[in-house]
Amino acid sequence: MTTADRRYHHPVSFTWWARKPSYLLFVLRELSSVFVAWFVVYLLLLVAAVSSGNESYQGFLEWSSHPLMIALNVIAFAFVLLHAVTWFGLAPKAIVLRLGSWRVPPNLILAAHYGAWLVISVAVAWVILR
Amino acid sequence: MSETDDKHAVPDMPDTTGTITMEVARFRPDRESEPSWDSYDVPLRKEWAVLDGLNHIKDQLDGTLSYRWSCRMGICGSCGMTVNGEPKLTCSTFLTDYAPGPVRVEPLANFPVIRDLVVDIEDFMAKLPTVKPWLVSGDEEPAEDSEYRQTPAEMDDYRRYSMCINCMLCYSACPVYALDPDFIGPAAIALAQRYNLDSRDEGNEDRRDVLASAEGVWACTFVGECSVACPKDVDPAGAIQRYKLTAATQAVKDLLLPRGAR
Amino acid sequence: MAAWHNVVIIGGGGAGLRAAIAIAEANPKLNVAIVSKVYPMRSHTVSAEGGAAAVAGRDDADDSFDEHAYDTVSGSDWLCDQDAVEAFVVEARRELLQLEHWGCPWSRRPDGRIAVRAFGGMKKKRTWFAADKTGFHLLHTLFQTALSYSDIVRYDEWFVTKLLVHDGRVRGVVAVELATGATETIVADAVIVCTGGCGRVFPFTTNANIKTGDGMALAYQAGAPLKDMEFVQYHPTGLPFTGILITEAARAEGGWLLNKDGYRYLQDYDLGSPTDQPTMRSMELGPRDRLSQAFVHEMEKGRTIEHEAGHVVHLDLRHLGKELIDSRLPFVRELCASYQNIDPVSELVPVRPVVHYMMGGIHTDINGATPLTGLYAAGEVACVSINGANRLGSNSLPELLVFGARAGKAAAEFVSDVPGAATGPVLAQGRDEERRLHRELAGRHGSGGERLADIRTEMQDAMEAGAGIYRDEASLIKAIDKVAELKERFARAAIDDTSRTFNTELIAMLELSGMLDVAECIVASALRREESRGAHQRTDFPGRNDEKYLAHSLIRRTPAGESRVDYLPVTITRWPPGERVYGR
Repeated sequence: MTTADRRYHHPVSFTWWARKPSYLLFVLRELSSVFVAWFVVYLLLLVAAVSSGNESYQGFLEWSSHPLMIALNVIAFAFVLLHAVTWFGLAPKAIVLRLGSWRVPPNLILAAHYGAWLVISVAVAWVILR
Repeated sequence: MSETDDKHAVPDMPDTTGTITMEVARFRPDRESEPSWDSYDVPLRKEWAVLDGLNHIKDQLDGTLSYRWSCRMGICGSCGMTVNGEPKLTCSTFLTDYAPGPVRVEPLANFPVIRDLVVDIEDFMAKLPTVKPWLVSGDEEPAEDSEYRQTPAEMDDYRRYSMCINCMLCYSACPVYALDPDFIGPAAIALAQRYNLDSRDEGNEDRRDVLASAEGVWACTFVGECSVACPKDVDPAGAIQRYKLTAATQAVKDLLLPRGAR
Repeated sequence: MAAWHNVVIIGGGGAGLRAAIAIAEANPKLNVAIVSKVYPMRSHTVSAEGGAAAVAGRDDADDSFDEHAYDTVSGSDWLCDQDAVEAFVVEARRELLQLEHWGCPWSRRPDGRIAVRAFGGMKKKRTWFAADKTGFHLLHTLFQTALSYSDIVRYDEWFVTKLLVHDGRVRGVVAVELATGATETIVADAVIVCTGGCGRVFPFTTNANIKTGDGMALAYQAGAPLKDMEFVQYHPTGLPFTGILITEAARAEGGWLLNKDGYRYLQDYDLGSPTDQPTMRSMELGPRDRLSQAFVHEMEKGRTIEHEAGHVVHLDLRHLGKELIDSRLPFVRELCASYQNIDPVSELVPVRPVVHYMMGGIHTDINGATPLTGLYAAGEVACVSINGANRLGSNSLPELLVFGARAGKAAAEFVSDVPGAATGPVLAQGRDEERRLHRELAGRHGSGGERLADIRTEMQDAMEAGAGIYRDEASLIKAIDKVAELKERFARAAIDDTSRTFNTELIAMLELSGMLDVAECIVASALRREESRGAHQRTDFPGRNDEKYLAHSLIRRTPAGESRVDYLPVTITRWPPGERVYGR
């Protein structure tokens, strides 16, 4: 009963993501997964280097201090931060907490996430730097 | 409004003559293979919505323009179109907000165009029943002569998601739907959540296979534009996020707990 | 092409969906189709705001079915059929509970029971509501519930152009699919018309663009009588310019109507005296006909406010407070902000009477059956009648449920018993109609003809001038002559659009054709009723005349194409005609 063949389908343009800031942010967040993956690989390489003795660990440090590596890790860190911040932004949407008849306000849930992040970061820093 | 080369135009002349130009996307499948633009000058009146401009065109200038509209009070969901690049209900979007113009009116993005400003929403109509957007009653159905008790607080849990008018603006705003047409989409998932979160409903399990699938909530990568576009403040993005947590929690329970304890 | 169904329902709004579900439940083997010119969730039921009336609960000892019935009967100025009202009040409660079981988000009391609010002309609080979007929630609940009956076939965006009648029996319809322009004969053993009202016959109406009286015109053209068509309800509170409805619930929650001096003018019109808290059946909670008439008198006294879109009075909600407005009347606030650029929390809302509802419609019995075998009707398009000369606010939603369900059950029984009949002659009629449609589309193309919009506008203005809140013989005759002239001019009207694909101009033409018939029925019926009753006020016959007109008007088309008006006595069971008393 329909004549679907005569419908016009707008092609999705190659630059659709540049049309709105929110679309760009969305594409950047999708892209951040590559950098999250890179940090995992980097961590595994570090563990491998440490487990193979001091010489290989020094080699890893030297490799890491190469300007290109530093640049890559700075960019990766920025993307991972973006990932974390946007992820936290979603948390109050996903979590609806009720204490009796009181609904925990979304901002409090968000603040709790940042609080937990801070506490864990301080703990890790303490372990490393003490 | 015609372009003029006259450099000596009187500078004090107001540049609006009480009209505004509407550039309207046209698609006539029996005559052309892709859309084109027609331009019309319509009166610029402060109480006129974009829809009133279209009605003026249809009644007085060009009877061949096709578009949908009905209630003109933002509740029937018929008149969603793209206005200057944004998905809008044209009955509650006003011409003066776009003065001096032009106002560009296109069909909703991400849907096949049937004609002019009319899009094909059969995809949504087919997907909607798959999420079972109706009350699945359990063992505790009340007697025929009485109601389910539901406190105002319990109603608050799903009230927002029950406000969806199926206007399709959220699908039009969603890049995931544009790239993956199999995505069930914001409105359908919000309506599933409307029933999932209703204290009278027992259909959570029945809806789970569809909602927790790759084409369900997991296709959504939280662009959030659906909630921005929604004219009724339904927040479908929130509904989807919330179900992701529900689905993930349920999946972990399935994995860890024996059948009876889930 | 031809399709076949046991029952075809025209219209997918509240009544149509309720009828479809009733049939699916009565006999799951029956093949049911809904043919609607819009997707079901676009139907005009969606715009209903204030609520749905039914005696609330067994534990509400202070209300009773009898009281709901009496309010309805007196509200109707005794023109309703009391047997229908008695059945209605009982079943209304059952239907609203059924809706609750299907998930309708009725507003609640703190303990979880259904909440009720006051409403105009009702002595007790018995109006169930879902904030002030009751129609929206009711329609979507019905639509979504109907989706669970996967056997209900839908023809979404198909426009019915003709009822096929053979051997005195309705045997199907011809319809156009908007998307493709394809015409199709749909054969059926029974047809239920649920197309709603015809507010668009008038220039200033709360009704959606789709409310063009299609079903009334279809039935009339097929030979079924229309009943009480002279009774057109003006709602007292529409926004100027757009005519968008501001619900009666705004007054039920305590809103006041003020004239230009800030005076609650209704006290001058035998509607009681002002009280701070709303008093039932008094002042702003009087019936709609009386409130709209009071506006006209205020205007004549020069006590209304001149607004750029005509005279208005003010609806004052400021004393209700933001919290109550946001919880009980959020849509009112939203509409005022969008369309009037004002905030009712702190500002006065300009309002004026606006055409809202047709008390009249296709003549049916208490089961939705029309005198034409196989044809049923329910909802605003039908006239049972429980509304008589004036409908009470919040009675229309339960009406479409009660009589939608009744019509569905009756049609299901009818088709289960009816013997089969040859489809040959029906198909031949269908082919004739399909050819006519193709001719219409081809033949009306060309320049020089009249524009549809001009004819429509002139018809609407003639109806407002001739058959408005107050009418008289002269104004009605003028309207009749104008409609006749417009019918002639319509025959020469041209359309620009020759496309088969989504040709909304063709649909507008078919709608206008029907509206001209409906307009003629309204004025012809109004001219014949030489009395004033409810919403029908004749300045040349100011009193009610029970001796002559305690009867329904029935207008039907003669084989010669003329209209003829007859009368049918009303059914009175327990409430003999009396004085309508409000506020005392």
